[in-house]
Amino acid sequence: MQKTVLSGNEAFARAAYEAGVQVASAYPGTPSTEILENITQYERIDSSWAPNEKVALEVGIGASMGGARALVTMKHVGVNVAADPLFTFSYTGVRGGFVLVAADDPEMHSSQNEQDSRNYARFAKVPMFDPADSQEALDFTRLAFAASEQFDTPIMLRSTTRISHSKSVVTLGEPMQDLPATGLTRDAKKFVMLPGNARIRHPFVEERLERMAEWACDQPFNRIEEGQGELGIITAGVAYQYAREVFPEAGILKLGLVHPLPQRLIREFADRYKTLYIIEELDPVIEEQVRAMGIEVIGKDKVPICGELTPGRLRKAFGLAATEPLELTEQLPPRPPNMCPGCPHRGVFYALNRLKAFVTGDIGCYTLGFMPPLSAMDTCICMGASIGNATGLSKVLDAEDQQKVVAVIGDSTFLHTGVNGLMDMVYNQSPATVIILDNSTTGMTGRQDNPSSGFTLSGEKAYQVDLEALCRSLGVRNVRTVDPYQMDETRQVISEEMARPETSVVITRRPCVLIKHDLFKKNPPLFVDADKCTACQACLKLGCPAIEWEPGEGGDKGYAKVDRLLCTGCGICEQVCKFGAFGVCHD
Amino acid sequence: MTNDKVTNILMAGVGGQGTLLASEILSEVLMQAGYDVKKAEVHGMAQRGGSVVSHVRFGKKVHSAIIPEGGADVLFGFELLETYRYLPLVDPNGTVVVNNLRIAPPSVALGKEEYPEDIPAKLQQHIDDVRVVDGLRLAEQAGNSRTVNTVLLGALSNLLAPTHEQWLNAIRALVPEKFLKVNLEAFELGRGIVQC
Ligand SMILES: Cc1ncc(C[n+]2csc(CCOP(=O)(O)OP(=O)(O)O)c2C)c(N)n1
Ligand code: SF4
Ligand code: SF4
Repeated sequence: MQKTVLSGNEAFARAAYEAGVQVASAYPGTPSTEILENITQYERIDSSWAPNEKVALEVGIGASMGGARALVTMKHVGVNVAADPLFTFSYTGVRGGFVLVAADDPEMHSSQNEQDSRNYARFAKVPMFDPADSQEALDFTRLAFAASEQFDTPIMLRSTTRISHSKSVVTLGEPMQDLPATGLTRDAKKFVMLPGNARIRHPFVEERLERMAEWACDQPFNRIEEGQGELGIITAGVAYQYAREVFPEAGILKLGLVHPLPQRLIREFADRYKTLYIIEELDPVIEEQVRAMGIEVIGKDKVPICGELTPGRLRKAFGLAATEPLELTEQLPPRPPNMCPGCPHRGVFYALNRLKAFVTGDIGCYTLGFMPPLSAMDTCICMGASIGNATGLSKVLDAEDQQKVVAVIGDSTFLHTGVNGLMDMVYNQSPATVIILDNSTTGMTGRQDNPSSGFTLSGEKAYQVDLEALCRSLGVRNVRTVDPYQMDETRQVISEEMARPETSVVITRRPCVLIKHDLFKKNPPLFVDADKCTACQACLKLGCPAIEWEPGEGGDKGYAKVDRLLCTGCGICEQVCKFGAFGVCHD
Repeated sequence: MTNDKVTNILMAGVGGQGTLLASEILSEVLMQAGYDVKKAEVHGMAQRGGSVVSHVRFGKKVHSAIIPEGGADVLFGFELLETYRYLPLVDPNGTVVVNNLRIAPPSVALGKEEYPEDIPAKLQQHIDDVRVVDGLRLAEQAGNSRTVNTVLLGALSNLLAPTHEQWLNAIRALVPEKFLKVNLEAFELGRGIVQC
């Protein structure tokens, strides 16, 4: 069979194709996003972006009810949003095989927390596979679809950043045969979860887990690698790779299915080794269950709970010698991420900073507005939280402070979970101001389309949500739209709406500079006339990566300069310069 | 590079510099040459102009995709400061191939901190084999300033086992048709300058 190098996400997508998946739905979120983006190459699969994870899961459930195999993907925190249908879907079970990929982000490379999705598998009583490389991502997904139909259960696959975004060699498989048939089948006892029916399904769920735990003892995805000494290790997922590398002599029980655990196999393994380590990333999920079986183990007493594991961290945890690394003797300037040159969000945060607004923030590229020099975001919890947070905060402030409260939310985030918050604001008469940063894309996760971008996942034209009309229909009387490249107007409008003692919405509309479909047109770059530059450094307060300060030599004043390769010609620096030092390059 | 040993290449740069395509081509050529290959990198937030790294490991059998501290046989840097930042990951007997390019991080651009001076010399204090490549000049010579990543790959290719033809095949497989010619040219220019 053909061999190729695939990322975990590419392997999940390929597996969906091999498994005959008919419907795939997701909301983007690092590190899961590329699964759906890769699925679009398989024309047989109906793949789409949903406005949020709950909808994505419900779409997948619907397809399964119709007898088709369905795949739904999301990042770990997306499962919080989708948890409601997930828990009850566990009771109904499936018709067509159903797989949910939840991609965790240990170390929080691109996330606001590092929750461990394995807890959800236990909590929702849904079985979960935990692949250790791209090959297993492919193989386990195929297995999961078959097991889903065999045991009448949705199945979760856990990925992590190091699975999703690592590449390794994969042998591809053949498309699976004997797929379920689609069509309408009425089965109210199974699918209408009223108390009477659910009471019948719950014992089924418990018994299903017991059957699967027993089944899993003899399946090749849970395997024992014999060791040469007294040390045995139980591990799963990417942690297996680190354990194998750091303890080459140890016996290893590598779990492919991390819920339910194969208890008989674990006992068999534990009996053979004098010392037992449990090596798992994040929470002691396996460890607590093995301890509850009365088996003595060493786990989180040594292995860190916080952050991702690496071979180096494992060595350190167990006090093993490592090579002494070269040491950096100087403190290096950090290089945090920053909004792009020409980013339409920049001017808005500049205005909020000047207006001394108290900004309840949200999640997206614009969260970078909290960083100096813009320094104009004061809170950030989860997607959609900005609006509810502003409402709650305003409730406990005096009239003067109430005027300072501004919620800031991106277009994709607004449609994800912001709309309900705005409904509440109007319904319960909050005086706060909401700014919707409409760059017509889902920037942070790599510019995915969404219902307000006018395109679908496959790039086809779609209805573009009319944000102004939506806000008005929720009862917002003051809805104003500005171009954030117009600095004075933007500031003026925000300031007027902040002063208004009732709910208002300001929509700042300009496409992201990296937007797809060739929708962004660059302007000629700007330059600074060093003679006119008075060294006031007002332009530096924009934090544009294309503007750099050139310190003066020998008592000279210094001046700003523009990197013309980076500059997109947005012109906001020209507007903040009081001395007319900026000009447009005309060559 | 003996048979069972895993070889480690750490690529460092600034988000948006094209390190991802370079690491793709590198993994592809290593697989074609018959190695087990693993590559780890982080997408998302870090790519908004932040510091980015890719770990590429290859050999007969590779477990972890992440390179341990002091374990990189080659540090392959697209920007001076980002190369210097990852010095602790390099094996003191290893090689550094670094692009002679300075991109100011925010604190430097704002005039609050200084960009470290003379980074190649500082690297040389710790590592004997430091090779500085003028990527941008060669890319412009090839005909497109955006082919710096391929120039650098060319320079790196001299240190690794795959044949010239295998490299060209990998580039053909991964670079879009429109940019192929200029990238092949860039690769040759890079390969021409660093000899083993
Ligand atoms: C529940 C949840 N799902 C997904 C994500 C990943 N994520 C972070 S920001 C974001 C959307 C950003 O888009 P938008 O609000 O339009 O702002 P932009 O980045 O374009 O400025 C997504 C999908 C998340 N953090 N939480
Ligand atoms: S990707 Fe778009 S939204 Fe994100 S920082 Fe860049 S310009 Fe702004
Ligand atoms: S016009 Fe000014 S603010 Fe806009 S990208 Fe260029 S340098 Fe940056």
